[in-house]
Amino acid sequence: MAERILMKGNEAIAEAAIRAGCRHYFGYPITPQTEIAAYMAKKMPKIGGVFLQAESEIASINMVYGAAAAGFRVMTSSSSPGISLKAEGLSYIAGSDVPALVVNVQRGGPGLGGIQPSQSDYFQATKGGGHGDYRMIVLAPASVQEMASLTIKGFDLADKYRMTSMILADGTIGQMMEPITFEDTEITTYDKPWALTGTECRRPHNVVNSLYLKPEELERKNFERYEKYAEIEKNEAMWEDYMMDDAEIVVVAFGIASRVAKNAVATARKEGIKAGLIRPITLWPFPNAAFEAAVSARAFISVELSMGQMIEDVRLATKCDKPVTLCNRAGGMIPSPDEVLTAIRTAWKGEAK
Amino acid sequence: MKTTEILIAGFGGQGILFSGKFLAYKGLMEDTQVSWLPSYGPEMRGGTANCNVILSDSPVGSPIITAPDVLIAMNLPSLEKYVGAVLPGGQIYVDSSLIDAKVDREDVEVFYIPATQMAKDEGIGSLANMIIVGHLLENHPELSFSGVAEVVEKLVPPKKAALKELNMKALTLGKDYKSN
Repeated sequence: MAERILMKGNEAIAEAAIRAGCRHYFGYPITPQTEIAAYMAKKMPKIGGVFLQAESEIASINMVYGAAAAGFRVMTSSSSPGISLKAEGLSYIAGSDVPALVVNVQRGGPGLGGIQPSQSDYFQATKGGGHGDYRMIVLAPASVQEMASLTIKGFDLADKYRMTSMILADGTIGQMMEPITFEDTEITTYDKPWALTGTECRRPHNVVNSLYLKPEELERKNFERYEKYAEIEKNEAMWEDYMMDDAEIVVVAFGIASRVAKNAVATARKEGIKAGLIRPITLWPFPNAAFEAAVSARAFISVELSMGQMIEDVRLATKCDKPVTLCNRAGGMIPSPDEVLTAIRTAWKGEAK
Repeated sequence: MKTTEILIAGFGGQGILFSGKFLAYKGLMEDTQVSWLPSYGPEMRGGTANCNVILSDSPVGSPIITAPDVLIAMNLPSLEKYVGAVLPGGQIYVDSSLIDAKVDREDVEVFYIPATQMAKDEGIGSLANMIIVGHLLENHPELSFSGVAEVVEKLVPPKKAALKELNMKALTLGKDYKSN
């Protein structure tokens, strides 16, 4: 077995990115994700890679856009307010169909907010953020090990579908240390015949662009892109079921909230309550199939570090035919296992509305 | 299922995070499941700091500790804040050279160690945290002192080799101290 090492979640992302073949990192410091940049600053020069601290978030996302257009595996990372600044670039990257990995280690908002963990950028990540019709693949790690494995997966999916993968983490998973192994992970590489690599006078020019002044052409581009998105929705949804076999009260939580929820579900089971947990690993595509499979469910509880954002997708996935309640903290606070347990007990007694 | 949840709290600069890291690495090297969660942000630059370490023989659920089995309190505000949270039957380690107060609970085991004073007397001023860790490892039923040298070896960077010996000295002082 590979050696177990202790690492912070943020460092695990950086190390995994390097192992996935990323040699271009552009960023700008912000708590609580700065360890990613620090790790890259230390390692990239030693392996012939590029670490560049840009003058701003906007500059760094456009550097990502450029390096992606040139066919490189490239990434940036930030935290909530910084991701808002990158939104324009995310839209351009989507409109140009180039692959990139973007990490958001979320903190409380809106505005400058705070620096404690949060999940309140769910809407921004899964519903848009930038302008125009586009999607990002959104991956939600719940452990340090997953910070690494989903980073590798994120690069893979980004290249495969020529779009942005976002790692939507939070301050807790970013800052905590857990044992992790880097087994000999399969790294998939993709031909990029569309990339701007220089024609050497042997092929026609490639153009990377998001400007289409003819509406017919722009419409066609959008329809094509959404065909691709439909393919992703069909093939790439990931989730974890925990004690779901006969679960009647189903807790839905991702990231750090799912760790707290798991404790609560385990305690509820000891009390004889048939509780279970669905942990979405991809937030887009949302794992609707997990909800179709939850046939014994009579109520759902969305546990979130926000005012209730994922709950809308839970309602859609369950077609609003069962009660869905919210158990939440916001602004950098985290629900305790007891708070989740109380919500489970309430739902079990049939008092959930 | 054996799980030990350790909450270490004090001022920034007392080595709160390092002592947590030490316990986490010790767990790692003993093949247990571990999680280490620091407070981060302004408190790292002074003010209160705390660190959550969980050691378990099964995968760690939430890394956030709400009811610790063990509290290490390195200043009075930390003791006051967390004393009530410790599980009945748990342990509290108090740096009694910085905290005058006594723990007013019958259902927990309390260890008073004048760690900061001991460190000062021995000329290892910044290692009060490791004195307490040594005392904890010796006195907690689920933990053990053996193997600390390997952890020190792993955690202290080669550039600071002199600190290895000092850390060992602090750990041993804590182990040998008779608190009760």
